[in-house]
Amino acid sequence: MNWAAIAAIYRFEMARFFRTLAQSFLSPVLSTSLYFIVFGTAIGSRIQEIEGVSYGAFIVPGLIMLSVVMLSISSASFGIYFPKFLGTIYELLSAPVNFLEIVTGYVGAAATKALFVGLVILGTATFFVDIRIEHPFAMAAFLILSCLSFSLLGFIVGIWASNFEQMSLIPQLVVTPLIFLGGTFYSVSMLPPLWQTITLFNPVVYLISGFRWSFYGLADVPIGWSLLAIAAFTGICLGVIWWIFKTGWRIRS
Amino acid sequence: MTAILSIKDLRKSYADGFEALKGVSLDIREGEILALLGPNGAGKTTLISTVCGITTPTSGSVTVGGHDTQTEYRAARSMIGLVPQEIVLEPFEKVLNTVRFSRGLFGYRPDNARIEQILRKLSLWDKRKNAIKELSGGMKRRVLIAKALAHEPKILFLDEPTAGVDVELRKDMWDIVAELKQSGVTIILTTHYIEEAEAIADRVGVINRGELLLVQDKDKLMAQMGQKQIEVTLTEPISEIPASLAQHGLTLNGNGLTLVYTYDTNAERTGITKLLNDVAQAGLVLRDVQTRQSSLEEIFVTLVSGDAA
Repeated sequence: MNWAAIAAIYRFEMARFFRTLAQSFLSPVLSTSLYFIVFGTAIGSRIQEIEGVSYGAFIVPGLIMLSVVMLSISSASFGIYFPKFLGTIYELLSAPVNFLEIVTGYVGAAATKALFVGLVILGTATFFVDIRIEHPFAMAAFLILSCLSFSLLGFIVGIWASNFEQMSLIPQLVVTPLIFLGGTFYSVSMLPPLWQTITLFNPVVYLISGFRWSFYGLADVPIGWSLLAIAAFTGICLGVIWWIFKTGWRIRS
Repeated sequence: MTAILSIKDLRKSYADGFEALKGVSLDIREGEILALLGPNGAGKTTLISTVCGITTPTSGSVTVGGHDTQTEYRAARSMIGLVPQEIVLEPFEKVLNTVRFSRGLFGYRPDNARIEQILRKLSLWDKRKNAIKELSGGMKRRVLIAKALAHEPKILFLDEPTAGVDVELRKDMWDIVAELKQSGVTIILTTHYIEEAEAIADRVGVINRGELLLVQDKDKLMAQMGQKQIEVTLTEPISEIPASLAQHGLTLNGNGLTLVYTYDTNAERTGITKLLNDVAQAGLVLRDVQTRQSSLEEIFVTLVSGDAA
């Protein structure tokens, strides 16, 4: 393993994050605060508790997931797309590194950023609502796995995209609807029976359900399924990336 | 000298059927400067990209220091530094960081002293904390060189290092290349500027339409391909070439004042003595005699246009 290369990519990507620290840090704090003001206080006070958890507290895991997933995808896709766009990818392709090292560097950095922002949101949320974490290890595991797996997805998006428009296509047209319809702001049990069944085809449901379970012990689907879903998702992303580097798809002519 | 880089029957075809490289074979000797000359689209950049691992070859092999670039890519690639043709750099990154990145990417531990040495050599040390977007075009090109040198390559590819660079900077670049050669780095550069090859190369390769037309020592090439001309300036203009001089194939220039005689430097007999005798016999009085050797440029144009025919 070329550890120095992994460290170099990781440091380079993190430097980008720290250059824009105010933006990286303030924007999630601000948007989370707005969500709490609107959904937690203004509207949330009129919504009854969900299985003994106040609405404001109920949406915290979903809100964290929302930001973490979006940020993982955007930073990992940008991290690899930008060198492609600028042409600086020549250096990566001519360096003595393999696909695992490149992915570890880029995805590791993107996941770190997302994890950082996830923790910032969690911290912000404690100012607005009472939060309890019943299963802290499971919570950490879900959070870290989500950061990693969606950073892998972001990496694929970045390799696939051939312009900036395509970069935002997957996050906005696919991931955002899946997250909003995945039980971020509601419990699946609130839906009519037909929609409850349809919802089960949304992979994000398993993610948010598992994550919420680690907070309040509440789950829409059994926790084992949630773990299985995220493991399968991570596996699929890894498989796709392995194939990309093996064939040189969209990178090596 | 031993070959540090060996290219064997390298071919590259694209999906649309375009053959960018049609079986290029080339040995590059350790410590030399090889200039690859060729018109736009000749395959120079494809050749470099394929050797460096950016493009996958269709067939053929490349070994660097005995390591195959496909099966032993780590060992092969770590010996090579590449300075691309386009200025491709992260605009917001600082000079120092981007050079450190390159060193790390090639598996080297950070070494501030080494980086400082490189940046000083390229007159970039004062700019190390500047973001790249703040630098001039020439400075950016130096940053590309610094990045390529950061991992201490044995072979350096310079893809058109002086394209769009002013005369002074071009001379600077030549000095840098000369210094690198001194330090034992093998250099392969592509160029449009024949004067560049003429000024700094040890050997010259001419590539056109994916084929390597020739590779030769620069001096030998110029001597072999070289045609020389004698210009005989007369004191009095003449309206036509005297019949007694017809056999020499002269041309009359400069308002009838200059006779131009072209000859091959390699020929057994150049015919100069007979020409000058005949000129004197014809009663012409000489003011001046000059000789002129064809430049590499003329050789190159001859080769490439011959290839197109």
